[in-house]
Amino acid sequence: MTTLIINGESRSVEASPDTPLLYVLRDELGLNAAKYGCGLGQCGACTVIVDGKAVFSCVTPVTVLEGRAVTTLEGLGSHDAPGPMQLAFIAEQAAQCGYCIPGMMMRAQALLNRDPHATDEAIRAELQPHLCRCGTHMRILRAIRRAADEMRPKAEEAGTGR
Amino acid sequence: MRLRFVLLVLIAIGALGGTAALLYAWESPIPPIDPRSFGAPDRALVRRGASLALIGDCATCHTAPGGVPYAGGLAMPTPFGTIYSTNITPDPETGIGRWSMQAFIRALRSGVDREGRHLYPAFPYDHFTRVSDDDARALYAFFMSIDPVNSSAPSNALPFPLNVRLTLAGWKLLFLRQARFVADPSRDERWNRGKYLVDGLGHCGACHSPRNLLGAEKASAEFEGGEAEGWRAYALGRYSQSPVAWDEAALTDYLAHGSHPLHGTAQGPMANVVDNLAQVDPADVSAMAYYLASLGKGEGQNKSERAPSGPGHLPQAAGTQAATPSIPSDGGGAIYATVCASCHEGDRPLPLGGARLDLSTALTDDTPANLINLVMKGIPAAGASARPIMPGFGDVLGDRQISDLANYLRSRFAGRIPWGGLAKAVVEARGGR
Repeated sequence: MTTLIINGESRSVEASPDTPLLYVLRDELGLNAAKYGCGLGQCGACTVIVDGKAVFSCVTPVTVLEGRAVTTLEGLGSHDAPGPMQLAFIAEQAAQCGYCIPGMMMRAQALLNRDPHATDEAIRAELQPHLCRCGTHMRILRAIRRAADEMRPKAEEAGTGR
Repeated sequence: MRLRFVLLVLIAIGALGGTAALLYAWESPIPPIDPRSFGAPDRALVRRGASLALIGDCATCHTAPGGVPYAGGLAMPTPFGTIYSTNITPDPETGIGRWSMQAFIRALRSGVDREGRHLYPAFPYDHFTRVSDDDARALYAFFMSIDPVNSSAPSNALPFPLNVRLTLAGWKLLFLRQARFVADPSRDERWNRGKYLVDGLGHCGACHSPRNLLGAEKASAEFEGGEAEGWRAYALGRYSQSPVAWDEAALTDYLAHGSHPLHGTAQGPMANVVDNLAQVDPADVSAMAYYLASLGKGEGQNKSERAPSGPGHLPQAAGTQAATPSIPSDGGGAIYATVCASCHEGDRPLPLGGARLDLSTALTDDTPANLINLVMKGIPAAGASARPIMPGFGDVLGDRQISDLANYLRSRFAGRIPWGGLAKAVVEARGGR
């Protein structure tokens, strides 16, 4: 039995300690946003945020995550109430087949949480581990810039108390 | 009276010494040339120079991240401060466009720029001093043939007195042995070619030999292992700690392709070296391997028979996750069993499967630096090459977990006593990311 904190909620999972987080999310918890792509930590489709960092859930066994904060795409907003990152991807129509998009959004979110002023260069470098075979890279970049513009004033408001 | 006399003598000696030192340290400028004076380049000479520049890894340091090759500006952190590489494109204002061949060769071999300023030994002229006249000419022809780029490097960030370039004359007096390469007649031509490239342009010792407190290579400890950019440059030849002895075939393969199934994949600064060597004349790479193989083999090697585990040890389902071994109760063992074993003991072959850890020099070496870097950063895919890959776990595992894992791997797969200073090394590696 492992206890995980998923999107702010404490969840006990039955899976054996060596089970990758991705399998637990999808099979046991029914959180299907993170995708199985390569199973090798090489494509980025399974990316979630752990303690503020983007990690590959397909190569991360749950046992090393005991008590740590995991955020999945479901934690950024829902179908009925999408978050700013999701709204930006919808606005830019950044998904074609969409398989890579959840991972892209999670890493972009982790980057913008850390650096709301991330440059285009920084965004490109950060997303380097993510593969998209449809070729919507330019739209993905536009969506992340849009999300950054959307999120920045709020982040700054919160920071300065204005 | 007597005291005054002694003082005067001392002052005179001091003044004479100072003058002598200044005279010694002084290098005169070499007159600029008209950049338009170059005729059509000799294509064959330029091509040879391009290959030699790759062996010398010139672009690796003389290119800023995302910058134009050879235009300089890369920040090079040293224990003494930060040095920025210079622009070596033939731009007349900011590059070497006004340098005559004589000026270029003096810089290469003596570390003095055209204006007569001493260059910091981050530029490995202590190795390049061995470069032959012919090769120096080919390099000059190559650099003068590339497109000029107008770009000035930022100023070096060095404390006094190191920012006074004349002090470098003292360093050179102590550590720079100016000498061209002399072939050993008792050895064949290939061996001599290999040694010439390894000791000269290749400047292998710049990383693979330890340095003293003044940043000079310890001449008595050549190839006993060194450090570069937070990575360990393993000991070579008879000092090698590799569990499998390096032979000429393995060295050739590794240098030309960047990895070898029994020796792993070039990472850190060595990744740049093998990327460069992949593009040079294969005969030169093979000569370097031939010479390096002649340096002998380390002791206690050839453990390939031991092989308690490795790919193929565990059954694997149709997917990519192998079954994991029973999970030990100690922290490091549990991390290995759950995080590492599915690849390192699964039956997926290289390059997508894990390397055999019992053959890993990262575990037998005297320092944990490379193991920590590999666990944290993994092995990124290198372009379209078929080199092995590995995801990094630095954002998944905490410092304590990485230490526990390192201790477990060290004892289980290398059978050696724990590393000293492991926790500190983990913190340093994280800081350097």
